Amino acid sequence: MARQIGEVILDLQNVSLSFGGVNALIDISFDVREHEVRAIIGPNGAGKSSMLNVINGVYRPQAGEIILRGEHFRQMNPYKAASAGIARTFQNIALFKGMSVLDNIMTGRSLKMKANIFQQAFRTGVAKREELEHRAKVEEIIDFLEIQHIRKTPVGRLPYGLQKRVDLARALAMEPQILLLDEPMAGMNIEEKQDMSRFILDVNDQMGTTIVLIEHDMGVVMDISDRVVVLDYGKKIGDGSPDEVRGNPEVISAYLGASH
Amino acid sequence: MIYRENGQFKTSYAADQQIFPILQDRWAILGILVFAFVAVPLLADEYLFRAILIPFLILSLAALGVNLLVGYCGQITLGAGAFMAVGAYAAYNFFVRVDDMPLLAALLLGGATSAAVGVVFGVPSLRVRGLYLAVATLAAQFFWDWAFLRIKWFTNDSSSGSVSVSNLSAFGWDLESPTDVYLFCLLILVVFALLAKNMTRGAIGRQWMAIRDMDVAAEVIGIRPMYAKLSAFAVSSFFLGVAGGLWGFVHLGAWEPAAFSLDRSFQLLFMVIIGGLGSIMGSFFGAAFIVILPIFLNQMLPWLGDLVGVSISTAGVSHAEIMIFGALIVFFLIVEPHGIARLWSTAKEKLRLWPFPH
Repeated sequence: MARQIGEVILDLQNVSLSFGGVNALIDISFDVREHEVRAIIGPNGAGKSSMLNVINGVYRPQAGEIILRGEHFRQMNPYKAASAGIARTFQNIALFKGMSVLDNIMTGRSLKMKANIFQQAFRTGVAKREELEHRAKVEEIIDFLEIQHIRKTPVGRLPYGLQKRVDLARALAMEPQILLLDEPMAGMNIEEKQDMSRFILDVNDQMGTTIVLIEHDMGVVMDISDRVVVLDYGKKIGDGSPDEVRGNPEVISAYLGASH
Repeated sequence: MIYRENGQFKTSYAADQQIFPILQDRWAILGILVFAFVAVPLLADEYLFRAILIPFLILSLAALGVNLLVGYCGQITLGAGAFMAVGAYAAYNFFVRVDDMPLLAALLLGGATSAAVGVVFGVPSLRVRGLYLAVATLAAQFFWDWAFLRIKWFTNDSSSGSVSVSNLSAFGWDLESPTDVYLFCLLILVVFALLAKNMTRGAIGRQWMAIRDMDVAAEVIGIRPMYAKLSAFAVSSFFLGVAGGLWGFVHLGAWEPAAFSLDRSFQLLFMVIIGGLGSIMGSFFGAAFIVILPIFLNQMLPWLGDLVGVSISTAGVSHAEIMIFGALIVFFLIVEPHGIARLWSTAKEKLRLWPFPH
């Protein structure tokens, strides 16, 4: 399936966020088009993760608007964002440590499972059928990410790279339209990075998922993203194709330091 | 028979998702059930029923309720005793105020009342967690202790909150002899344990555990913390309410608020911590440990004393019992902070690979 970048699906306008006196995001606007891979880069503390937290409603911005498929939101909340098809992974893996890989991924189906608590307690036909249907779907994702061998393992016992993959699997289980990835390759070795890049591109390509990605590895970012937005100290200092961004003098100075 | 799952291939997700996926486990549980339902009534005497088995069954049910809330949903509570009390007194009111109220219906309605009360007292969990929540649930304990002592309507105008019931029967089955009471409690416990297992292995259980393990991530996935937490409070209080009703109706027969004091709340919390948080099996282990061990020590100590030629006075035995019991709790928590259930599952895992662990 050829990937066709579509219309703007998510548009952030003049978003500002502060914690007490610290301005985490200052008047930031950028858009994300359907089916594209959009990267957010910037030095540490630039406000990249805060940006994702604003998009899926963990943080409430003081100013600005979030426009999702033409619908205007002053602020999101996590439940609304999840219902609207926004999933995310976390920088410091936020898996459910006490649960198996399978259960972790199954939680990603929570919004789609409708059996009520009584049907579940008595495990009536509805609940049983639903559990099986969603298990089948989850198994597809497990196959896709090649983690069949660890499906029954408690996630706490897995090495870091696999935990990252389970985190991605859990997000994919939501069948999201927009997937926010917060440093999916941080702390990985080159092979793991290659695997993860491949998975991200496959998700984008095969499922048509729009991807917003934070990443520090410039090689990866330049290779896989369609457009890049650059933040520094909460301000947007660059936006465009990887090549444009690479040539932007402000970006260069933010990363390498300006000559005085 | 060797405990091993080799060669037991699952060909459908349904087969993979059953409660006991290993064949040997299924036989073992069947054996235990047959033993509990058939052999125990034939073998046990009245003392065993009244002093050990019936309290064990009822407190297992209560521990199960606490475990759903504390172990699965991660919301700590010190108000377990209060919810038992609410269940017991609500069941009492339904029983004496409504004509021809069947016992089982009264118990379930008591549980339902307790669930509703649990939801109300669970509201602080939306804002506070950990120790602060524990203190907030303590309010439930103090409030209901006071209410059943002072508000006469709850206790049908009896003095000092003491009430009694008699001539109990369910479906034409007289619950007079200890054997009948035992079987009645066992039946309820088995059904409730199955319900608890179904919930914890289903979507709602995953939501509870998700909230317990990482609430921000759970929210981002689309789990509503309010629904998950309050449903855990409701289900937990329902279990506790039914257990409280059983404790009052069929175990004590006559009771006053002191039967469900703060001590009871602590006892239940200790049960799930020692037994294993987040484990159905752990609730049973914990209840067994706390109910049976002191009695066992009480019986064993004089005998051990005789063995080494020392006679221990009755007072000495009860002091020693408390000391040894306390020491054992400390020992267990140091050796295995995840409770007896974890020891059990480690042993099972070892056994699955035995004798070739590599």
